[in-house]
Amino acid sequence: MPKDTGIGASMKRREDVRFLTGKGRYTDDFNRPGQAYVAFLRSDVAHGRLISVDTSEAEAMPGVLGVFTGEDFKDIGGIPTGWQVTDRHGQPMLEPKHPVLAHGKVRHVGDPIAAVVAETLAQARDAVEAIVPEIEELPAVLDMKAAVAEGATLVHDEIDSNLCFDWGFVEENREAVDEAIRNAHHVTTLELVNNRLVANPMEPRAAIGEYDAADDQYTLYTTSQNPHVIRLLMGAFVLGIPEHKLRVVAPDVGGGFGSKIFHYAEEAFCTWAAKKVGRPVKWTSTRSEAFVSDAQGRDHVTKIELALDENGKFLALRTDTYANMGAYLSTFAPSIPTWLHGVLMAGTYTTPLIYVNVKAVFTNTVPVDAYRGAGRPEATYQLERVVDKAAREMGIDPIELRRRNFIKPDQFPYQTPVAVVYDTGNYDATMDKLVEIADVAGFETRRQESAARGKLRGLGIASYIEACGIAPSNLVGQLGARAGLYESATVRVNATGSLSVFTGSHSHGQGHETTFAQVVADMLGIDVDQVDIVHGDTSKIPFGMGTYGSRSLAVGGSAIVRATEKIIAKARKIAAHLLEAAEGDIEFRDGKFTVAGTDRSVAWADVTLAAYVPHNYPLTEIEPGLEESAFYDPSNFTYPAGAYACEVEVDPETGKVEVVSFAAADDFGNIVNPMIVDGQVHGGIAQGIGQALLECTVYDENGQLQTGSYMDYAMPRADDLPMYTVDHSCRTPCTHNPLGVKGCGEAGAIGTPPAVVNAVIDALNRGGYRIEHIDMPLTPQRVWAAMNAVA
Amino acid sequence: MTVVSLVVNGKQVSREVEGRTLLVELLRDRLGLTGTHVGCDTSQCGACTVHLDGEAVKACSVFALDCEGAEVRTIEGMANPDGSLGVIQQAFQDHHGLQCGYCTPGMVMSAAALLKDNPNPSEKEIREYLEGNLCRCTGYHNIVRAIQAAAAELGSTRVAAE
Repeated sequence: MPKDTGIGASMKRREDVRFLTGKGRYTDDFNRPGQAYVAFLRSDVAHGRLISVDTSEAEAMPGVLGVFTGEDFKDIGGIPTGWQVTDRHGQPMLEPKHPVLAHGKVRHVGDPIAAVVAETLAQARDAVEAIVPEIEELPAVLDMKAAVAEGATLVHDEIDSNLCFDWGFVEENREAVDEAIRNAHHVTTLELVNNRLVANPMEPRAAIGEYDAADDQYTLYTTSQNPHVIRLLMGAFVLGIPEHKLRVVAPDVGGGFGSKIFHYAEEAFCTWAAKKVGRPVKWTSTRSEAFVSDAQGRDHVTKIELALDENGKFLALRTDTYANMGAYLSTFAPSIPTWLHGVLMAGTYTTPLIYVNVKAVFTNTVPVDAYRGAGRPEATYQLERVVDKAAREMGIDPIELRRRNFIKPDQFPYQTPVAVVYDTGNYDATMDKLVEIADVAGFETRRQESAARGKLRGLGIASYIEACGIAPSNLVGQLGARAGLYESATVRVNATGSLSVFTGSHSHGQGHETTFAQVVADMLGIDVDQVDIVHGDTSKIPFGMGTYGSRSLAVGGSAIVRATEKIIAKARKIAAHLLEAAEGDIEFRDGKFTVAGTDRSVAWADVTLAAYVPHNYPLTEIEPGLEESAFYDPSNFTYPAGAYACEVEVDPETGKVEVVSFAAADDFGNIVNPMIVDGQVHGGIAQGIGQALLECTVYDENGQLQTGSYMDYAMPRADDLPMYTVDHSCRTPCTHNPLGVKGCGEAGAIGTPPAVVNAVIDALNRGGYRIEHIDMPLTPQRVWAAMNAVA
Repeated sequence: MTVVSLVVNGKQVSREVEGRTLLVELLRDRLGLTGTHVGCDTSQCGACTVHLDGEAVKACSVFALDCEGAEVRTIEGMANPDGSLGVIQQAFQDHHGLQCGYCTPGMVMSAAALLKDNPNPSEKEIREYLEGNLCRCTGYHNIVRAIQAAAAELGSTRVAAE
């Protein structure tokens, strides 16, 4: 196997050439014959009773093919939720309908009220301006605690509360945790906000619906991380289209970060309207629309308490969180603050008693769902902030305090008190590596150098763990998932030995076309150029659950491995026949089948040719052809973990924070392409620094989004960020998938925010400012105000 | 409707456009050059960056009619004459300076404009120049490295030519 393309090689990405020459094909690049365009009228109030929608003038405007409102959808299914959470008392969550177009009420700024389909986009937009909705404005429900108080205005009239669910985990631990905290030597308490973020993939969402009356066939082109999931949700729950009549294509997709997992109303509208008007219907979101219609992330308000003994050993942990659901339940929304958050609350530590309470609340804001990390950043942030505060309170070095509580290498597999079993890990090793690559020993010298320039320098440490490789179907089924979370793959070998791999994992920046090909080529010992990776089209791929939760390689890659193993097994039988040898004597190495102990061999391409030209072939034993499929359902999550260090300089005059260095030591298990892994970590760190210092989604008291464009929402730019030092040489391979891989997509976004905030708090305290906490984002204004409050 | 005539990637083209048609709409919708992307509506993201008479501009902020007689270069015009990747494009691939690829055309066009004006930029100058180009995937680290590598490569080519 050539060293530069096999497993472990930093092979250059094959997809890059088309992206670098303008030949990528994103959804908006497609134009279908006879295509019409849709523009949506969106609510400009956060909450109101929709009395009427006068579309008469719009209907008469040039080029208009149809104007549609919630009336057209009132008998059609709502946008479904893929996860049902059961509350502390055994009751299912409240699940109000999410109509495709608003009906009866509008519930957030951006809620679609009506849609115009017209010959051109300009005509559709002009006609939208002519629609007159009559809305009786209602008080906007925004503050989560007020939303669940007695007498609060209801976001949904058909349910009697804004409390979607009140979740306790592990409920049986509740009293024991309370008692441990009551009796502890020391309790550190922290109240914090995990700021609401907008995912902001650079490609705005888009959809083209198409209907072929000749064979009653629908096609949807959409910007999705998981086209099969969209087909399932939209076909089965919204429009009632059976799978064999609905094709969903997600071509090149310009980033997702979670926000393109979910099924959105615009997809259903375009598909429905294509039949209604008899023309393909295209929608492309503007960025302004994206800010009020893409599901957003985070938005937790939390109180966390950590009980410690006199040596700093963690005894118990209690958290109390309000999680914003927004106006409607998005596809995975209920699972994020529960099963992707509560089960990570042990972190990398041996805390024996944990209780997590989460109240999920409806408000008049854009729905909230998974954003890179999804629940795990929220868990890690509160845990690593409270550990840091405890270290300061008890006068223990923050690295030392973490080490005293790490799960040790000989404790794996490790059963946490919050349901999950970590299969493998070595948290001291990643911390050792971090101390080395971040040059922690040299910090004091650097701090003095900063001080000489009038800057306050701080060092922030965070340790993280995440549950990835989502997920064992039987487990998530018990937890309320309404789908299985396996992945599928088909390997189709052609007569001449080249092959196509059809994978249910979707690539939108992750580089699957390269890494998956590396895996298969390495297994078969053939040139990587012989391997083609096909994804993103339900008419080609047997099935797929898609890309999220750092699952592509751990789950999708495992399915590919299993399918390739079946190919090898069959090829071995063919080779045995051709070589007139026993199958057990056939060795397969470097693309060649050899009779053990002899020089008799047949090449890969001889075998593949025989499979399709079976003149000399064991037809009584096996069928001709060489194509195999596999579904892989993981037996556990994977548990990437690591330690991050951030150094900041704070300008005491202005409160401005500069990240001067950032180091990450991750354990991702085995690695297929180190270059791509580095890139994934870089991107996650940047999003984490963005959350910590820059990004915030702000609604005013009327529910108007104040940060609705790149003029107002502070996306991290090149000059906001440093170079990163990343290392993934600490490797404890996953014990339960064939590649021993764990996943790397979300780590940066999980471990980074607490490292940055810990660094700023460290800088301020070293500078003599007794400040325990500042909520993210740590803007100059917030830092300056905090410094002045204690000065 | 008015006819606008211009040179795009070395080819003379003419199209009827409305007064409100933007350069990026002309390129994408009328000329089929979909490599130039639209990532925002406030001229912040830079995904639509092209060269207009040799200067980097955001094609979402230029009316098509204002390009009468102009020379426009897009990402489709950046490869070598034999179709191989140009130096900057190659550096982006070599240094993994792209992931989803959506901001990439704008990044490459901005990088080319930067290196034309400043053949040997510092890291700080590169980061400041890219202030008008947003990337959500890479964290910019490898984009900066790619531009540094391209600057070195172009510099050594220049030295060799002299």
